[in-house]
Amino acid sequence: MTAPEKQSHEFGATGLGLGYDGRPIVTDLNLAIPAGRVTVIVGANASGKSTTLRGMARLMRPDSGVVTLDGRDIRSLPAKDVARVVGILPQSPIAPEGITVGDLVGRGRYPHQGWFRQWSAADDVAVTDALSVTSSLELVGRRMDELSGGQRQRVWIAMALAQDPDILLLDEPTTFLDVRHQLDVLDLLAGLNRTRRTTVVMVLHDLNLAARYADELVVMSDGRIIANGDPAEVLTPGLLREAFGLDALIAPDPVCGTPMVVPIGKFHAPC
Amino acid sequence: MVQRSGILGRSRTVTLILAGLAVVLAAASLSVGAYTLPLPDLLQTLVGQGSGSDEFIIFRLRMPRLVLAVLVGCAFGVAGALFQTLLRNPLASPDIIGISQGASVAAAFSILVLGLSGAAVSLAAFLGALVVAAGIYLLAWRGGVTGFRFVLIGVGVAFMVQAVLGYLITRGDVREVQQALVWMVGGLGSASWTDIAVVAAALVVLLPLVWVFSARLRLLQLGDDTAGGLGLRPESARLAILFLGVALVAAATAFVGPLAFVAFVSAPIARRMLGTGGLALVPSALVGSVLVVAADFAAQHLLPGAVQVPAGIVTGLVGAPYLLWLLATTNRGGRGA
Repeated sequence: MTAPEKQSHEFGATGLGLGYDGRPIVTDLNLAIPAGRVTVIVGANASGKSTTLRGMARLMRPDSGVVTLDGRDIRSLPAKDVARVVGILPQSPIAPEGITVGDLVGRGRYPHQGWFRQWSAADDVAVTDALSVTSSLELVGRRMDELSGGQRQRVWIAMALAQDPDILLLDEPTTFLDVRHQLDVLDLLAGLNRTRRTTVVMVLHDLNLAARYADELVVMSDGRIIANGDPAEVLTPGLLREAFGLDALIAPDPVCGTPMVVPIGKFHAPC
Repeated sequence: MVQRSGILGRSRTVTLILAGLAVVLAAASLSVGAYTLPLPDLLQTLVGQGSGSDEFIIFRLRMPRLVLAVLVGCAFGVAGALFQTLLRNPLASPDIIGISQGASVAAAFSILVLGLSGAAVSLAAFLGALVVAAGIYLLAWRGGVTGFRFVLIGVGVAFMVQAVLGYLITRGDVREVQQALVWMVGGLGSASWTDIAVVAAALVVLLPLVWVFSARLRLLQLGDDTAGGLGLRPESARLAILFLGVALVAAATAFVGPLAFVAFVSAPIARRMLGTGGLALVPSALVGSVLVVAADFAAQHLLPGAVQVPAGIVTGLVGAPYLLWLLATTNRGGRGA
């Protein structure tokens, strides 16, 4: 399989404020996404992680500030042009009843097609590639509603890959998956990042997996970024208390030495 | 790719079956009647070799009715498919959420209060559908429109419009009420080549636009966030597609009345035949045409005691059980429709 290297882009937010119905969720957020790396956003529930991701993917109109792509306000660029560079897999995408895997993944080609959208050979290549990278080629004629949760998530990622973006945003891509399938999905994304230099930005809940897969860890609390950088430097007991109200120890992950969070809890300290 | 050709094969089969059914029904509608033309005579007449009286019966009486039935069936079928897909709700059909009723009330108003007739009534019906649709859209708007709210408001509006209709009828002149009533049920009795030309022109403009916008509709099916991420502006795409659906219904309703449930059942029947989860716009159009032609045939020839009724009564009889079935079963699936 040929793996075309992705272009690197300057992508980030400056003074970004986001909210729903005038209720602010994210305030004055500044974030630069390092190109060609894996950035993971973590934080407690309602800390503004998903909102930030939606704002970055221009799915929300900012109340203040801008999201910029290569120095230009993302909202001033044609939507299809942005979609060829930045793709997003939302938290709960909807699969129309009875849709087949091939049909669904093919819809990811929209930003590459014109008004009269002839299905081209390039579309076929991209869809086949996206399916084979996600090990879902054999699912192509199956219906989405017959698949397991893990298979379904791989197909959604395949759709995002068919879009062929240089920067891929994912909102909790491992939710509802058991631990093995969580690792499958994260390995798939890490593999894309390594072989194609796809910039990956994702929201994750599991701190240990976040620390292991992130090159850059962004910790949010109350609509703000309270720390970001190398997970080994960012994750400290003090930060966990501040971001999650959690008492925890940090130990080195026996697999790869990245920080591992060991929560203490109410009844077991010190055991 | 393999699975694409598989799906295309199925879709082609379904399309061919529907088209074949349409041809058979068309032949039946043209030949059967108070004066029945045997098939050979019918074919001869169609190629211009028939007798003068046969030509009169076919081209003046039966053909306009058939062609209009095919065209409005196609418009209703596509409009229903657009609405139901866009609003993600099987109840979201223009004849359930008050848009057809908007056309009826405007037509009744123009006949009973303004004393209009002919093309002016059709124009009023067209505008009525547009106005009611715009009203529902504005009432449902909360920084965007969701299917569920649109349907609920639409059903409410349908009842309000129905009430206005009732009021107009009770205070109207008896003979004019008769005229308005037939119009409100919907039927093809008044079909003329002028009507056909107008509906055909509307379809020639609208259907290519529907085809262009169908790619956007396929993205909207995946949810606004996914569609937005793929480079679509969901709200403006939704508004444009809603407008196309409303215009199709309005153009058809303006000439044949509401024809209850045709828009409502066409797409679900077509999609059940296909079973692929695609938009099925062409099969929906064909199902719509087949339904209207069949309903008109039944209304003219198949009722006991040789009674003839407007086609809208037959479509209502066939469609209402489907509505009941849908209401009885959807909530079991937790879809909250």
